[in-house]
Amino acid sequence: MWRYAMPIVLFAVLGVFLYRGLYLNPGSLESPLVGRPAPEFSLPSLEDPLREVGSDDFAGQVALLNVWATWCVGCRQEHPYLLELARTSGIPIYGLNWKDDRAAALEWLARLGDPYVASAFDSEGDVAIDWGVYGAPETFLIGRDGTVLHKHIGPLMPEIWRRDFLPKIAKECGSLPCPLVDGEE
Amino acid sequence: MLFVGVVLCGVAVSAAFALRAFNENLLYFFSPTQVVAGEAPTERVFRLGGVVVEGSVVREPGSLTVEFLVTDYANTVPVRYTGVLPDLFREGQVAVARGRVDSSGVFTAEEVLAKHDENYRPPAVAEALEKGRAASGQ
Amino acid sequence: MIPEFGHFALILAFCLSLAQAVFPLVGAATGNRQFMALARPAAAGQFVFCAVAYAALAYAFLTDDFSVRFVALHSNSELPTFYKFAAVWGGHEGSLLFWTTVLAIWTLAVAVTGRAQPEAFSSRVIGVLGIVSAGMLAFTLLTSNPFDRLGLEMPVDGNDLNPLLQDPAMVLHPPMLYIGYVGLSVPFAFAVAALLTGRLDREMARWTRPWVLGPWIFLTLGIALGSWWAYYELGWGGWWFWDPVENASFMPWLVATALIHSLVVTEKRGLFKSWTVLLAITAFSLSFFGTFLTRSGILISVHAFASDPARGLFLLMLLALITGGALMLYAFRAKDLAGEGGFTLLSRDAFLLANNILLTIAAAFVLFGTLYPLFLDALGFREISAGPPYFNVVFLIPMLPMAVLLGIGMHAAWRKTPPDLLRRKLKWPAVFAVAAGATLPWIVFGRASVLSTIGLAIGLWVVATSLVDPIMRRLGRGATGAPITRAQWGMYVAHLGLGLFILGVTVTESYDTELDRAVRPGETWHTGGYDFEFVGLRDVQGPNYTAVEGEFEVRRGEKLVTVLRPQKRVYRVRQDPMTEAAIDAALHRDIFIALGQSLGGDAWSVRVRVKPLISFLWIGAVVIALGGLIAVTDRRHRVQPAEQAERVRVAPVPRPASRPAEGH
Repeated sequence: MWRYAMPIVLFAVLGVFLYRGLYLNPGSLESPLVGRPAPEFSLPSLEDPLREVGSDDFAGQVALLNVWATWCVGCRQEHPYLLELARTSGIPIYGLNWKDDRAAALEWLARLGDPYVASAFDSEGDVAIDWGVYGAPETFLIGRDGTVLHKHIGPLMPEIWRRDFLPKIAKECGSLPCPLVDGEE
Repeated sequence: MLFVGVVLCGVAVSAAFALRAFNENLLYFFSPTQVVAGEAPTERVFRLGGVVVEGSVVREPGSLTVEFLVTDYANTVPVRYTGVLPDLFREGQVAVARGRVDSSGVFTAEEVLAKHDENYRPPAVAEALEKGRAASGQ
Repeated sequence: MIPEFGHFALILAFCLSLAQAVFPLVGAATGNRQFMALARPAAAGQFVFCAVAYAALAYAFLTDDFSVRFVALHSNSELPTFYKFAAVWGGHEGSLLFWTTVLAIWTLAVAVTGRAQPEAFSSRVIGVLGIVSAGMLAFTLLTSNPFDRLGLEMPVDGNDLNPLLQDPAMVLHPPMLYIGYVGLSVPFAFAVAALLTGRLDREMARWTRPWVLGPWIFLTLGIALGSWWAYYELGWGGWWFWDPVENASFMPWLVATALIHSLVVTEKRGLFKSWTVLLAITAFSLSFFGTFLTRSGILISVHAFASDPARGLFLLMLLALITGGALMLYAFRAKDLAGEGGFTLLSRDAFLLANNILLTIAAAFVLFGTLYPLFLDALGFREISAGPPYFNVVFLIPMLPMAVLLGIGMHAAWRKTPPDLLRRKLKWPAVFAVAAGATLPWIVFGRASVLSTIGLAIGLWVVATSLVDPIMRRLGRGATGAPITRAQWGMYVAHLGLGLFILGVTVTESYDTELDRAVRPGETWHTGGYDFEFVGLRDVQGPNYTAVEGEFEVRRGEKLVTVLRPQKRVYRVRQDPMTEAAIDAALHRDIFIALGQSLGGDAWSVRVRVKPLISFLWIGAVVIALGGLIAVTDRRHRVQPAEQAERVRVAPVPRPASRPAEGH
């Protein structure tokens, strides 16, 4: 009888909403930056305040920009995987150390290992504002022509790397390790 | 049949009451940009969310009244609140205030909430901040 | 090595849960007794390996093994041992392991006690529980392995347990809730087994009763404990916030309460069978749904664990499989579960039906309010949320009539009640409730509102109608027939608890005093009938935190009532400030002081609340649970079928209409 089928129908409707809801997470919010040129910046390096690190450093390469801080739990969580990516992926990872304490940040890298080619020290968070950062950790994938290809909010994990990053990298590079634009392999 | 009728009536009446309560108690969320643009209602309570601007928290010494600015990076709204602030309320962090805006554009909060989570922001605020960023033209 | 050992045990538990799901169900469908005989050994083995895995994780915590990611994220070498143990369930992965272990314990209990039931039925019950176990173990292993190592980059020290969770009540609150949530899988399994069998007789309903009451007791206590914890730990004196996760624990409670009542009708009268089955499915589905809400990040809440959509998707699929499967079965099979007769409007059957409808409506309203933001979001509308006022109003609509009807229903007989009997029993309680409700507020507080009068009258009505039978019997009046059974005592006690709870809510919400104030040392003021003095501040060192502690003297007239010392703590590892309120609790009122923040100089903001009768909330909840406990101990739930049949022959049950209702 139809009335015994009512519960399953209601449940199915609810299920559709829940399924939609899963993908309305803050984590899947599309950044307005994606597809646009990455904002340019130049900041003192974390290791050496006299040296500058900025968007020029990764011009012409496919690179990752990872926003991190020692006060952020998610950064702690993704750190081992960043180290692995630095070893194996062939894509340079640049760090944006956000609203952090320089000594604490250096100590963190010394203790846990340093996955970054270089880290920019953004103590005031000005650059983070330009990049539309609204929490840490966040990871940007930047293409050879300097456009933002993808933005991930939250800890970077293997399944996310495979699902969201690898297809875009493959499209940009064709192969791993990613050849540089000038052809210097 | 009478019985079923009574039950149905009861359900209908309570559903009507519930919907009324629902409409009266919905809390809309507005970003500072929307408030500045005058999209927020002046006669009813809503929620305002954004980042507390660094250095903007001003308190009359010894008083419970505190004023601060809330921004979505595009626009900024002044907030006034009298009462005890939550533990996690901090400059540079996200806060959500519930209250009304007056004709001069000052938001008077009845309640201020700060998020417990240090990594993520409430989706409504996050979205507002993203839009604010986009609107201010990088 | 130990964590790998634990991981391995968890994999074995998963394999056994698959066996526990497949063989008994296939065996019951094909009549293969060898297959069915595997149900119990598989369940026992699954329990052993879950317990081993759990012990391995606990060991990693107690020995500060920070190479394990989960331990590094949720513990710290400075954490007191007690909390290291509690930290096992303080995060997503560990609490999942706890969840599956508790399910294994419930399954084992069902397996051990189910020998008296027909083999095919009890095999199906164990098999259905095996499906749930397999799903949750797969979820744990595939998305949330608590034994993951951090690799070479092992931290020197851990990230510490969230300070909010470092509290004795918090140690007990989640396990209580989990035991309750997970326990509801047992009536769920009974319901699915009944659908598979194609019949639900009174005996099956009787077996199910203790398996609903048990989890329901834990759920009641768990929710009360959580509310109490929020009251003194979150620091601002509220006791219920209609937070999505609170709602997630409350909805299964409401439905389980309805289920307890509808099971009585099914057991005594053979009615409401398909409805009972539907409630059993819904109760567990809602508790599973609560797990989904907290872990998928679909709704943002203070309780939410770190979330990721992959986990949410897995859980949603599991929910679709478990609930969807059960409801599909329901759609095809429920028509086989026909009722065995009718009843009139003035009968206990009808009152219990009303109770069921009203409780279900309440649960539906709460569900609607909780998910409303999500519905709108999914449809692309703007961000809106339903505030606590919505829930307060909407919840009262079904609950007020329910409380009124409950007082009558308790004294109605099955099938048909002579109105005379009701009038005789209920006249004085009604007079008392209305008279006291109308006058007491004026006498005690000197003011009253419509809502406080109604609330008081209803609370007193429920209390009085719960007590009238025991009292009349004591006085030797109207003692008709059989003595009060354990089950009946359970009903009276649980309803008494509800009455006390209603009184507590009404008085504390209508007559509390709240004051936010800026104070300096030496300052005095008067609030809620007490004189307060802010004596001063000092610094305090805790085991893993430092704190500023204020000292307040509270006087009534000349007499010193209490000295309160609220703290503002900063935990060393996470550096988040935490408000530790100070409460002087008494039966008739709580005095509550919390430190806000320093206002510059030696001035501080403080929040002071005097809350009359708030103790009745927790007392009421405990009494409700106690009623459940008394009902569980009723011998009839435990006697074997043969023995039961014999008892019936020795003492024939009188015709229902000729004696007052038997309790439930």
